[in-house]
Amino acid sequence: MDLFKDKNFNFIKNRKIAYTISAVIILVGLISFIFHGFNFGIDFIGGTLLQLRFDKSVSTAEIRKVLGEFNLSQSTIQKLSENEFVIRTENIDSEKRKEILSVLKEKLANPEVLRMEAVGPVIGEDLKRLSLYALFFAFIGIILYVTLRFEFKFSIVSILALLHDCLIVLGIFSLLRKEITIQVVAAILTIIGYSVNNTIIILDRLRENIKFKTRDIFENLINLSINQTLTRTIFTTLTTIFPILTLYFFGGIILSDFALALLLGMVAGTYSSVFISSPLLIEWNKIFKVHQKGLKINEKKKVEK
Amino acid sequence: MNWTKTLRVASVFIVIFVALLLSLPLNEKINLGLDLQGGSHIILECVDTPNAPVDNDAVNRALEIIRNRIDQLGVSEPVIQRQGLRRILVQLPGVEDPETAAEIIGKTALLEFKNEDGETQLTGAHLINAKASFDQFSRSIVLIEFDKDGAKEFGEATKNNVGKILSITLDGKEITHPRVEEPILNGKAEITGSFTVDSAKQLALLLRSGALPVKVEILENRSVGPTLGRDSITKGIRAGIAGLIIILIFMLIYYKGFGLIADFALVVCMILIVGALAGLKATLTLPGIAGIILTIGMAVDANILIFERIKEELKLEKTFRASIDAGFNKAFRSILDANVTTLIAAIALFYFGSGPIKGFAVTLSVGILASMFTAIVVTKIVLELVTNKFSSKTLL
Repeated sequence: MDLFKDKNFNFIKNRKIAYTISAVIILVGLISFIFHGFNFGIDFIGGTLLQLRFDKSVSTAEIRKVLGEFNLSQSTIQKLSENEFVIRTENIDSEKRKEILSVLKEKLANPEVLRMEAVGPVIGEDLKRLSLYALFFAFIGIILYVTLRFEFKFSIVSILALLHDCLIVLGIFSLLRKEITIQVVAAILTIIGYSVNNTIIILDRLRENIKFKTRDIFENLINLSINQTLTRTIFTTLTTIFPILTLYFFGGIILSDFALALLLGMVAGTYSSVFISSPLLIEWNKIFKVHQKGLKINEKKKVEK
Repeated sequence: MNWTKTLRVASVFIVIFVALLLSLPLNEKINLGLDLQGGSHIILECVDTPNAPVDNDAVNRALEIIRNRIDQLGVSEPVIQRQGLRRILVQLPGVEDPETAAEIIGKTALLEFKNEDGETQLTGAHLINAKASFDQFSRSIVLIEFDKDGAKEFGEATKNNVGKILSITLDGKEITHPRVEEPILNGKAEITGSFTVDSAKQLALLLRSGALPVKVEILENRSVGPTLGRDSITKGIRAGIAGLIIILIFMLIYYKGFGLIADFALVVCMILIVGALAGLKATLTLPGIAGIILTIGMAVDANILIFERIKEELKLEKTFRASIDAGFNKAFRSILDANVTTLIAAIALFYFGSGPIKGFAVTLSVGILASMFTAIVVTKIVLELVTNKFSSKTLL
């Protein structure tokens, strides 16, 4: 079975549309970031998280009222089910936690503490620094590897595509007011590692085509390479997305944001591999006035508009 | 079938067998992280106070005292490690009351006896024993006993303060302020106060293990109850199985006979991952489970690349056998490149991540390596075995 038989989409001709779509999404994310920043989780800014299961059903308003007695009415309360909640507050000490739990027990119902996380601000600062290091080294590692395997130009467009993917995930997280936790950072690192795959596969094919089809112009070679690899690009993404979806739907609350970040990243990554990264090579050649192999012979033969 | 072929098939089966041997039974061979079995992860930091600045020795002594306290709590297989200059990492698997545990660990527990002018007469440094008990009104009390030097000091202190108040404080907070009736020379005393049975026991434990030489602050405390841990395992396994089934069916539908072979390779890959985790004595965390689930999807990528290449080669009217060889050869570099970049990200994550996230980096790395082996080696061996018996039409 072949999903895209005789496929010959003109990605190059329509690349400006793709650039525009990406620019708009990134811009919206950026505006959201400027206006309300990121919703950093307690991993990064410190705070206390309590996941509680009550022995009978309780309402969010009732919990908020109890928290109000401790001047914590600003806390976020996430309802997981009739009797299960995640409460995030500023950093409070164990004495205060115990008091809150005993008042909840007295006024509402008996809470079982499923999970408790108390993170001081120092740890958060450490983690921010470490996350940036990790992202930085992953980027450097990938630039080095792609440069080593291909050429510098290829690694630059791969990295631009990766930045594009990261910006889209972070922008959407800012827009949806989703928490940036250490797991989300892990997801972004995974996207960096994985999303470059699709780009590499197209670039690999492009290099092969440059070698064997010297009579064709560069634009057409890029288009051909994208089309030739389209089925595998889509299938490999699909097979990776399926388990991420099951993780999102069945994996429980702790992993759901992680799965969401992965999902967004995979979609953005595949999109950028096909529509952004290889077409950017044309832009590169234009800017730096490079005459790519094959191009010179057919200089007069323009890409059909 | 010739000898080399037999040998290759046999080696694959040996690898599978070893992996199974390493990983079964699962519940004994796989180390579960705190987020799956329940427990507390606590990071403490020694902080300077005017009286007790932090130095290397003080941190080491604090660590020993904390170890002592944890032993008395009766936690099995705790981890107590120094991290850097001032930090101490404590992991308490399966601890029942994490809040109390953290309190006991982090308390300085400096016992002082002060006269009416607030001058310290002696401290708990010379204590040799402390235990919870009851007085004649069956109120909870703590009995303490000094060593020889302590008994002497305590005798002096009581002698100098006959008829006066000699208050007892813990970390600067007054517990009780008894009036000294007569000098106590035998080095034994009882502390009364508003104790419950539990708080008396807790104080006795703290006094027995000694005061921390420096003030200690809890920087981070992450605790997961056993209920949520079990819940997470169930949910993780459910998500994994659902993902696996979808992939198995997808590959079967699109690649038919080839898909079946890829499915076989995928199942082998899963066995190898679990075997490697058990063999490396790695700790499986919840993000680690997520890493395995992600690998399910990534593992078949290599097979898709190979199969699509083989299809292309077949279109060029090559023989089935030649197409398979060309497909594997041409796809190999792409597969290697793709996996190396993911591995680079996983390694960055391993070095900079903490706790559970490290578990994700581990399973992702192990998964990448296992999937490269199964998708390239195992698939190829099986394909070679069947190409003689079936045509490309029946397989693809």
